[in-house]
Amino acid sequence: MSKVYDVAIIGGGPGGLTSALYASRGKLSTVVIEKGQVGGQAATTEEIENWPGTEHTTGPQLTENMRKHAEKFGTEFVRDDVQGLEADGFIKTIKGRNAEYQAKSVIIATGAEPRVLGIPGEREFRGKGVSYCATCDADFFEELDVVVLGNGDAAIEEAMFLAKFAETVTIIVIHEEGKVDATPVVAEKAFKHDKLKWVWNSTISEIGGDGIVEYVDVKNINTNEVTRMDTHGVFVFVGTVPRTKAFANLINVDDYGYAIVDPQTLESNVDGVFVVGDCRQKHLRQVVTAAGDGATAAVLAEKYIHEEEGFIEDVVDVDKPVIVAFWSPTSEASMAAMPKIEAAVKELGDAVKLVKIDMYRNSRISSRYEIIEVPTVTVFNKGEVVEKLVGLDVTTEALVNKVKELN
Amino acid sequence: MMLSLDRKNFDAEVLESQGWVLVDYWSPKCEPCKELKPHVEKLGEKYGESMKFCELDITKARRVAIGQKVMGLPVVAFYFDGEKKAELTGDITPEAVEEKINELLG
Repeated sequence: MSKVYDVAIIGGGPGGLTSALYASRGKLSTVVIEKGQVGGQAATTEEIENWPGTEHTTGPQLTENMRKHAEKFGTEFVRDDVQGLEADGFIKTIKGRNAEYQAKSVIIATGAEPRVLGIPGEREFRGKGVSYCATCDADFFEELDVVVLGNGDAAIEEAMFLAKFAETVTIIVIHEEGKVDATPVVAEKAFKHDKLKWVWNSTISEIGGDGIVEYVDVKNINTNEVTRMDTHGVFVFVGTVPRTKAFANLINVDDYGYAIVDPQTLESNVDGVFVVGDCRQKHLRQVVTAAGDGATAAVLAEKYIHEEEGFIEDVVDVDKPVIVAFWSPTSEASMAAMPKIEAAVKELGDAVKLVKIDMYRNSRISSRYEIIEVPTVTVFNKGEVVEKLVGLDVTTEALVNKVKELN
Repeated sequence: MMLSLDRKNFDAEVLESQGWVLVDYWSPKCEPCKELKPHVEKLGEKYGESMKFCELDITKARRVAIGQKVMGLPVVAFYFDGEKKAELTGDITPEAVEEKINELLG
């Protein structure tokens, strides 16, 4: 509990592991908090053939390499299930099931989990033939018949994986014949696959059996006709839902639970808390985009720590009044105010300290102190703002009088 | 440590066993199972005197699992005097397992 990490990363999938690599390689003390095995959703993906520079690898292999890579640069790994986050100051507290962790910056990389359909029998037959993980459960279905519901990349790729085990794999697609959401290269491969069967314009309306799955009711969405199909297994791949519940009271999420972050910096509405990978709003959820997010957030986390520590050292923890001048080299008015500020500082001598902050380069601190235009000059005393002068109110006399009043 | 089951000892250790037996069905390919297993092991240290804790790697005993109507992982099943009394499936948390143990042991 006593240790304060520079960066705490919640979740050990590709996004979190890449953040860990960049942060620890950048000499930041870094911890990854993962509730289970590292690797995230990628670890349950058998075939990966779109990781640049590697024509073919497996999810477990790729993510294990990522873990080792981060560890080599000093990342610590902790096993815990994070329940919540307190982030109202520079030092943030992560509440795990087993312990609490403190860090200056937090990267949320909790990913997503398979979406549940909510049809009759789906919950009842979980572990009895209904599955959301082909790698976990394929072994059961050797020489048996399975159906796959869904038609995105995950559905089609997992169907091909299941075809290595199962006798038949029937893919149930809601679109018209020949149309799937999977990328063309994946779809073409699947259309040529002789073990895959296709049912178009359809979905599953019910899953049934006696103790274990024995049939699915397949409903044609054009005719509403329901056909009962015998099967031993049902694999559901109809998208994912983000794992952001533990943070939803703190960070902004959309109607689906995806975190809304600044697309440039990946910083959430909470200072120093970043969100990467599948659990944030974005267009493409892949290992490579999660990794890209991870790198960005780690670098921005370092910038955040640097700016905050600089501000604490230069302004907050100073035992005399500090004049903080928010300015911008592109603003004539703020350039014009500088000589007046310098004159005040000269007159006051050792009684005061001057710090200049470029409002646009350090927008986080500027917005925290509600600086909306330059020049704005604030006087800090014992870490608190005791005076704020804006625009033409910035005069040598006003500053001198205020500081003298404090001393 | 949990008792490792396979197709040879399953009947003797579970179906012909007296009292409570917990079976953690898992597979080395199942990430959520590997996540759960150490927690179940820990519960075994706490409740081991009133319940026998066992684990079954389904890749070594697929037919045994299917015979128990287990067709997906993870599954934690509870047997009393050889009869299956309760079962947890899906996203199983360590808390849910402990809760079920307490409920069954009364």
